[in-house]
Amino acid sequence: MAAPMLRGCCLARRGALACIDGGSRHGRGAAIGCRSSGKRGRSSVAQQPLITAQKSGKGEHAWAAVVGLEIHAQISSNSKLFSGSQVQFAAPPNSLVSFFDASLPGTLPVLNRRCVEAAVMTGLALKCHINKKSLFDRKHYFYADLPAGYQITQQRLPIAVNGSLEYSVCVGKKRSQVITRTARIKQIQLEQDSGKSLHDELRSQTLIDLNRAEGQLRVDANISVHHPGEPLGVRTEVKNLNSARFLARAIDSEIERQINELENGREILNETRSFDCKLGCTIPMRDKEGKQDYRFMPEPNLPPLLLYDTASLPPGADPQQVINIDRIREQLPELPSETREQLVQQYGMLPEHSFTILNEVGLLEFFQNVIKETRAEPKKVTSWILNNFLGFLKQQNLAVNESPVTPSALAELLNLLDRKAISSSAAKQVFEELWRSKGKTPSQIVSEKQLELMQDGEALNQVCLAVMEEHPQVVLAMKRGNPRAINKLIGLVRKATLSRADPTVIKEILEKKLSS
Amino acid sequence: MLGRTLREVSAALKQGQITPTELCQKCLSLIKKTKFLNAYITVSEEVALKQAEESEKRYKKGHSLGDLDGIPIAVKDNFSTSGIETTCASNMLKGYVPPYNATVVQKLLDQGAVLMGKTNLDEFAMGALGSDTGGSTRNPAAHCGVVGFKPSYGLVSRHGLIPLVNSMDVPGILTRCVDDAAIVLGMLAGHDPKDSTTVQDPVKPFTLPSLTDVSKLCIGIPKEYLTPELSSEVQSLWSKAANLFESEGAKVIEVSLPHTSYSIVCYHVLCTSEVASNMARFDGLEYGHRCDIDVSTEAMYAATRREGFNDVVRGRILSGNFFLLKENYENYFIKAQKVRRLIANDFVNVFNSGVDVLLTPTTLREAVPYQEFIKEDNRTRSAQDDIFTQAVNMAGLPAVSVPVALSNQGLPVGLQFIGRAFHDQQLLTVAKWFEKQVQFPVTQLQELMDDCSSVFEIEKLASVSLKQ
Repeated sequence: MAAPMLRGCCLARRGALACIDGGSRHGRGAAIGCRSSGKRGRSSVAQQPLITAQKSGKGEHAWAAVVGLEIHAQISSNSKLFSGSQVQFAAPPNSLVSFFDASLPGTLPVLNRRCVEAAVMTGLALKCHINKKSLFDRKHYFYADLPAGYQITQQRLPIAVNGSLEYSVCVGKKRSQVITRTARIKQIQLEQDSGKSLHDELRSQTLIDLNRAEGQLRVDANISVHHPGEPLGVRTEVKNLNSARFLARAIDSEIERQINELENGREILNETRSFDCKLGCTIPMRDKEGKQDYRFMPEPNLPPLLLYDTASLPPGADPQQVINIDRIREQLPELPSETREQLVQQYGMLPEHSFTILNEVGLLEFFQNVIKETRAEPKKVTSWILNNFLGFLKQQNLAVNESPVTPSALAELLNLLDRKAISSSAAKQVFEELWRSKGKTPSQIVSEKQLELMQDGEALNQVCLAVMEEHPQVVLAMKRGNPRAINKLIGLVRKATLSRADPTVIKEILEKKLSS
Repeated sequence: MLGRTLREVSAALKQGQITPTELCQKCLSLIKKTKFLNAYITVSEEVALKQAEESEKRYKKGHSLGDLDGIPIAVKDNFSTSGIETTCASNMLKGYVPPYNATVVQKLLDQGAVLMGKTNLDEFAMGALGSDTGGSTRNPAAHCGVVGFKPSYGLVSRHGLIPLVNSMDVPGILTRCVDDAAIVLGMLAGHDPKDSTTVQDPVKPFTLPSLTDVSKLCIGIPKEYLTPELSSEVQSLWSKAANLFESEGAKVIEVSLPHTSYSIVCYHVLCTSEVASNMARFDGLEYGHRCDIDVSTEAMYAATRREGFNDVVRGRILSGNFFLLKENYENYFIKAQKVRRLIANDFVNVFNSGVDVLLTPTTLREAVPYQEFIKEDNRTRSAQDDIFTQAVNMAGLPAVSVPVALSNQGLPVGLQFIGRAFHDQQLLTVAKWFEKQVQFPVTQLQELMDDCSSVFEIEKLASVSLKQ
């Protein structure tokens, strides 16, 4: 039928906590994750929470929130999961509908190989166990955008189970501390997508488009709260969240709402809710049924899906008809966690920095290109990229590929800095200039602005001596241990050299003179 | 000509004794004369004549497509036929004209067959007539004195066959003789990429050998099939048949299929469950009947489905949904699946013990008169009629009903042969041998027509369709 979907169930189990900072509801104050206890699947009794809820209200003890995410991700493929019709973004309504998609009687589903491969790839990337045998089921409900009256999915035995995903979270008062957390992936299943419905309030009509190539990522969140040590609370489902920002806000507000309800002696209903972004809170969905029995039944028209690995591949098997998990594993691109690990190992980068570099589109490539062309220390490069470069990008609201500063330019600048041709403050000046004037190289800017460092050590020595002689009181203060004194001297020397001396070197010379 | 076998007619066409158009017109004429039987829902006269014309052109050039070129065929109205109304004898699909042909229909048309029309059935094939889900090719064949063959599940594509029970449905073949059935099977069998339940192994076309020596054959007689409801006539014929094999040197032994008595209930649970699921698509939105109510989608669904389905269909949908409820699934559906496995294993065990083919009755007795037929409700009737044929569908085995003799009332009686999975050829070979021994009289259509002429005045006779 529809555009093929992968559905992932991501579970945060016991011990997971939400931090609700009363002061910053709209900020990313909440950290929701899973305790990685090292044992998959079974978590021990709730351990000491990492983050305590700061808002406990009338309750005596802390609340713990449990969040499970149901993620619908559309597979990138040429044709749909069970029918041969094309998948294409923004095609005219109902122009990509095969007989099967329209549920014409007598039509049968045929499994799309590419979709299965995509599912296996996703499972491997998320460290799941790939089930060599998985089954398809029918999930029944009546809705206008579901022509067959059921959806083909994998309820009983999905294609992949028991995976995990590591991610980083900024915590602490200033969000300066970064910790890594793990979310468990309960399962990944292949399923059909339903059609799209558009409600025409004016004519009291609903229009159905059975193309289904829209909405590439959708998330439903299941949320409940409880006191640690007690059984899990009643959960609600918040449906159809399309952006990470709304997801976060919806979860936060729902947790808050539930805590509020419970602390005021009310109960949580097991219901489906939606997020009203204008109100900033969740509201019950009126047209969705409460408890729905989907009457799951095996899909009789699709035999069990059998996957093989190199060891179990039957001899003489037609490569068109079989899928080899090992071959797919070989074709996996380097996963982010591997890349991050490599950055840490090879460049001595802090783990949180590796996250930042990977999370900005194009930044990794930029970083790697700079590394290639510069002799500067990798740590230096990292620092410049994350602080200076990224800072400017954000300020000017640019993507990496829109940057006027090229990797070569930055590399050149860092080279100048590295061989002490310029001071670090000069470098910052040059960098600023690079953003403004396109086409000029760092070297050009340095010579234009006369920012070269004095290379003549003896000349600098002389200047220092001269300054010291001219300001005996300051020297005296310095001798007495006044920390500001030396800075003043450094400033004076710099002025005398027209900022062409490296403050660190100046400091060294002054200190030497002092001690002699 | 109309009473001849496929081979004979094909030969006559090739030799120019009769043209496809003449043949087609004879058929159409007979269809018109027997209209009171209500056997056809749609007669595709224009299409048929056009196809006959094209066939004729091919014959003139000497480029006939094969044994089926120019041969009139009829297709049950639950097979999707492009451009020709397909209703499943249900109000729900009244006026529904599919845009595609079922694979088996396409294969027949590719061979040059001439499609006379769509034949009648119980609404959505939920009764005695139907493509073979529980016996509905074999039962009518037995009652009408023709050959009714159900291939192994997975041998013939179900793409385009509007499903009743996906895990049991098989396109069935009705012909005058076993040889004809084999010819048609040869054209229809094989993997269809559009049907994932068809087997991948290539199917080679074959001609049925004419068996002369049955001494190496082992025939099994399932003792559980000897039930008190079995009419004495049929029982006697069954016995005679067994003796025939024995006298000709075959080994005939009694075997046991111990779970036979559970098959009706098991079938009922699985069938209604799948039906409930398969009928979910009939909501009036995309095609077929839609009611006039447009207050809300839910109201439209409810009214459409109430108007579109008859009592039998609605009853089965409700039962099926009951069995699929979360709280019932384990106790009914899963249990039935397990029992199904046991029933299938019964057959496997018997075939593994050296039996080649099983011999059983097809029906309890000959066809009953209409008045008697409508006395019992559908469920009881189905239960009774399908008793010998249904377990075969649950096990996915091939089976064929061969006409044996006329009853005392002058009505046909058939017997059933059941074979090992995918041993369809062997099964038909045995059936062919038996058919030759039995020499069931070929239906003399002209006599029948003369007998029927007095009935013409009574237009509303034996309406086989059970529409409201």
